[in-house]
Amino acid sequence: MYEFFTTTNLGITLLILGQVLLIVVPLLVALAFILWADRKVWAAVQQRKGPNVVGAFGLLQSFADFLKYVVKEIVVPAGADKFVFFLAPMLSLVLAMVAFSVVPFNEGWVLADINVAILFIFAVSSLEVYGVIMGGWASNSKYPFLGSLRSAAQMISYEVSIGLIIIGVILSTGSMNLTDIVNAQKGAGLLSWYWIPHFPMMILFLISAHAETNRPPFDLPEAESELVAGYQVEYSSTPFLLFMIGEYVAITLMTAMITLLFFGGWLSPIPGLPDGIGWMFLKMGFFWFIFMMTKAIVPRYRYDQLMRIGWKVFLPLSLAWVVLVAFFAQYGAFWGTYARWTVGG
Amino acid sequence: MAFDYVRAAKYFVLWDFLVGFKLGMKYFFKPKATINYPYEKGPLSPRFRGEHALRRYPNGEERCIACKLCEAICPAQAIVIDAEPRDDGSRRTTRYDIDMTKCIYCGYCQEACPVDAIVEGPNFEFATETREELFYDKQKLLDNGERWEAEIARNLELDAPYR
Repeated sequence: MYEFFTTTNLGITLLILGQVLLIVVPLLVALAFILWADRKVWAAVQQRKGPNVVGAFGLLQSFADFLKYVVKEIVVPAGADKFVFFLAPMLSLVLAMVAFSVVPFNEGWVLADINVAILFIFAVSSLEVYGVIMGGWASNSKYPFLGSLRSAAQMISYEVSIGLIIIGVILSTGSMNLTDIVNAQKGAGLLSWYWIPHFPMMILFLISAHAETNRPPFDLPEAESELVAGYQVEYSSTPFLLFMIGEYVAITLMTAMITLLFFGGWLSPIPGLPDGIGWMFLKMGFFWFIFMMTKAIVPRYRYDQLMRIGWKVFLPLSLAWVVLVAFFAQYGAFWGTYARWTVGG
Repeated sequence: MAFDYVRAAKYFVLWDFLVGFKLGMKYFFKPKATINYPYEKGPLSPRFRGEHALRRYPNGEERCIACKLCEAICPAQAIVIDAEPRDDGSRRTTRYDIDMTKCIYCGYCQEACPVDAIVEGPNFEFATETREELFYDKQKLLDNGERWEAEIARNLELDAPYR
């Protein structure tokens, strides 16, 4: 049996398929509860109760919503390009999911342990904007088109600074493999993670992640007060569901990225406690909570403010930080804090 | 002009966001303002203007004397009344219709009525599945009066000092 799964082509394919299911199914189930939690947190801050009818505490609300979306009628606008119209939501979901193939959840718990994992994630998340642009364009309608234009500009702007932020971390680690990046943060628990040496970048990354995933306060592509719902206006039923799941998967990916890059992935925060997948999920959950709270407490940015902060603040800052980290790493400043390739990884 | 270091520092550690987060967390644990509507209901004023009802005197006689003041004052022209003398010679309505889809719940009919016959009761849960069901006739209004008499009488009594 072991031979079959490790040597024959069929066996290897089946094994990989199994692993894919092992990632996708828990991810989607977790997503249902994240959606519920998102609404609950939002409601709690506004002193509302949130969904509380379906299941205990409304826990099954997302499944009821799922059913509702699936059985509803799919409306296609008369002037829409049908092929692209349906391709767009699928693309945005699939691309969001694909990135999880290189995310390690624990030491060695990764589907594809490739050397350029960060580049891969970066590339795939850049492609996600295509789902939005295609959706907005194919709808052949005004608001979706404006929404997709906005989102294209926004995602491109913030990808630049995310890329530069990531370079700082790569410089410190000397590797683009996510497992290596996490292992380079091993040591004195909480204090040896990258969030201390790379503190300003950690904050920039958190903000850019909001902008990159079109989350409030940067949800301009779907600004409901101006654009109704941006690129999603003409979508209904299952295609809309796919867009929504895609968005939430993308945010989950961003929480995983923050956790891996700046908060030591599965490493335990207190030296002595065992490392493990639980820490990874705990940290991702914590950042999800930050995302949820941000949605509840922060007002939406104006579009020119968004562009200003992206190009005039984040880009110079992250660029300067790359140069700074390069110097620190080269000359071993701060007892080699910035040059972890000599100690680990 | 000196550089404002405090302001710059606050900008970079997202001070405003942190303050907002703290405030958000404060409200997070506060008691919820939501009520579980079908099971819990909010308080209603005695002056609440809901579904209409035609009242009767305690001896069972209809209050309405077909003066048609409500029909005259109704700004939405939702009320239609026909009247004829009854066998005992007293004038009574033969037809009293309110089109609830036209009604704007202004309460003028209630104000105009000299005998407190037509009143707007406390009931606001009278949604129907068809439009026709909302064309109320005399019988429906009298039934409403019987059903809500206790509440209506109490509300009128509570509101009386202010009229």
